[in-house]
Amino acid sequence: MTGALVIFFALAALAVVGSVSLILQREPIHSALSLIVVMVALAGLYLLMGAEFVAAVQIIVYGGAIMVLFVFVIMLLNAGEEERTNFSKLATFAGIPLALAVTGFIAAAIAHSSASLPAPEPSGALTSTKTLSMLLFSDFVYPFELTSFLILVAILGAIVLAQREN
Amino acid sequence: MVPTNYYLILSAILFGLGIVAFVFKRNVIAIFMAIELMLNAVNLAFVAFSQSFGKVDGEVFVLFVIVVAAAEATVGLGIIILTARNRRSLNVERVDLLKL
Repeated sequence: MTGALVIFFALAALAVVGSVSLILQREPIHSALSLIVVMVALAGLYLLMGAEFVAAVQIIVYGGAIMVLFVFVIMLLNAGEEERTNFSKLATFAGIPLALAVTGFIAAAIAHSSASLPAPEPSGALTSTKTLSMLLFSDFVYPFELTSFLILVAILGAIVLAQREN
Repeated sequence: MVPTNYYLILSAILFGLGIVAFVFKRNVIAIFMAIELMLNAVNLAFVAFSQSFGKVDGEVFVLFVIVVAAAEATVGLGIIILTARNRRSLNVERVDLLKL
């Protein structure tokens, strides 16, 4: 077992444990902290694959900005313990089979088809980010500009939604 | 090196756990976090494929997914604040105005 494999299994276990903890925790703030664990583990996996720019963005944007927003809203609304209701029977009967079917289907498809895929290898740290930025500002420049517009619209929408009407 | 399959299967597991969380959680903020978990699982598959094929396109898609997730979180949390103010509850089953 090589070192990379050990790191992979450690981070994968961390991610899965964090996701399970997200489901089991009753307090939303604990779920949010579990999700942060998952995101940090995924950033570690990106680093392991050599996608260091994506790892940095994952930490800064997901682990930083988005999760801070979540925690902020949880505290703003003073979200307490999740209440259990009886009318979630459908969730029990449809949820677990659905999740198992989706996971099993995806895993089976992967196991069947991609046995010959080459392993993801770190391909020279700096060149990867350089090619990424070159691609982002040449081939993907219109989608890139559209995303800035999307963010602007989202900010305006959030302000309009959340303002207190007098 | 770690085979690509391992990353993809981890991605599938995380996506499945995201579905479970989405279906079972009753708190609207927790449901929103389940969506973020599923987006993260997809990002993992994107990066794994991108590095496996030696092309950077997948990582560009991941950046776009992250931007869309950020926009979605902003608007979604605005809506959550609004419903929480109107309904005095974060339970999704209390939001039943459209129900007969």
